[in-house]
Amino acid sequence: MTDTPIDHPVLMQLREQFGTAIVETHEFRGDVTAVVQAASYHAAVRFLRDDPVCDFDFLADLTAVDRLKLKQKPRFEIILHLYSRARNARFRLKTRPESDHDPVVASVVDIYPAANWPEREVYDMFGVRFEGHPNLKRILLYEEFAGHPLRKDYPVNKRQPLIPERPLSDDRPGMLF
Amino acid sequence: MGVEGERPGFLTSRLSDGIAWARKWSLFPYPFVTACCGMEYMSVSSAHYDLDRFGAAWPRFSPRQADMLLVVGTISQKMAPVLNRVYEQMCEPKWVVAFGVCTCTGGFYDNYATVQGIDRIIPVDCYIPGCPPRPETVLDALMKLQAKIQKQHHELVGPVRSA
Repeated sequence: MTDTPIDHPVLMQLREQFGTAIVETHEFRGDVTAVVQAASYHAAVRFLRDDPVCDFDFLADLTAVDRLKLKQKPRFEIILHLYSRARNARFRLKTRPESDHDPVVASVVDIYPAANWPEREVYDMFGVRFEGHPNLKRILLYEEFAGHPLRKDYPVNKRQPLIPERPLSDDRPGMLF
Repeated sequence: MGVEGERPGFLTSRLSDGIAWARKWSLFPYPFVTACCGMEYMSVSSAHYDLDRFGAAWPRFSPRQADMLLVVGTISQKMAPVLNRVYEQMCEPKWVVAFGVCTCTGGFYDNYATVQGIDRIIPVDCYIPGCPPRPETVLDALMKLQAKIQKQHHELVGPVRSA
């Protein structure tokens, strides 16, 4: 990772708008990445979608990394893969929630509705909370599950208790989100 | 039937053997197929391997009409209560076959999501190792299950007991 300024129109736009909130940028084989401070994350996502130069109207993926074994701080990193259909361009935006014990970032469901389930999955697997999410609960695992299995300090062989059968109806019937 | 009750004695033991003979040659499997082992199950249930030789070719897709529960494939923690429900829906007498290493021990899914062997949920009569098992292994297991059924104590009504 280098911190040398990259001459890329999207990055220049971002820097102009957010200044020092852009912590880090790098480019790998034509793919550009920017790391933004958690406080400016939500605004940066909105900017990347709405700005005519950026025009990233499609959220391809939202995921996370636990950097515990990489000995990097802060520990968690949220990664967005954005795509512009008009420009056929891709962009990665990362942010790092400050707390390692109770990581919290703003939800971007209000910007990209497609972020709903990926954010729930990140919450499920990494325990990162998304503030403002309309229905933040486990999506793949079950309520009784203790811990978050994709955290690097989750023991590989840890066993969870067997669960009882659930009624078919959800707590919010007919409500997928 | 002309048999008054089932008192211990010569006739009862012969009756048990007769019922066992009938039951072991008319196993109705319920395939609980969740993963890739299902492909091998399809292979073994096809004409080439001819399960009808053992009277076990006709799958019943209702647990209430089946007496052999074939658990084929990985059972996740969230699937476990469903499997338990299916087992409880089956009428006595019933036998359970763990098909493939995932159902036996969890296999290489040594992780948070997988039940480490279905015998943590339901009793198992026959374990078939392999990932997936060869059809010949399944036939071998079927014959071993038949031998086991023949050795068990059967009554006209009620559960099967170990002899």
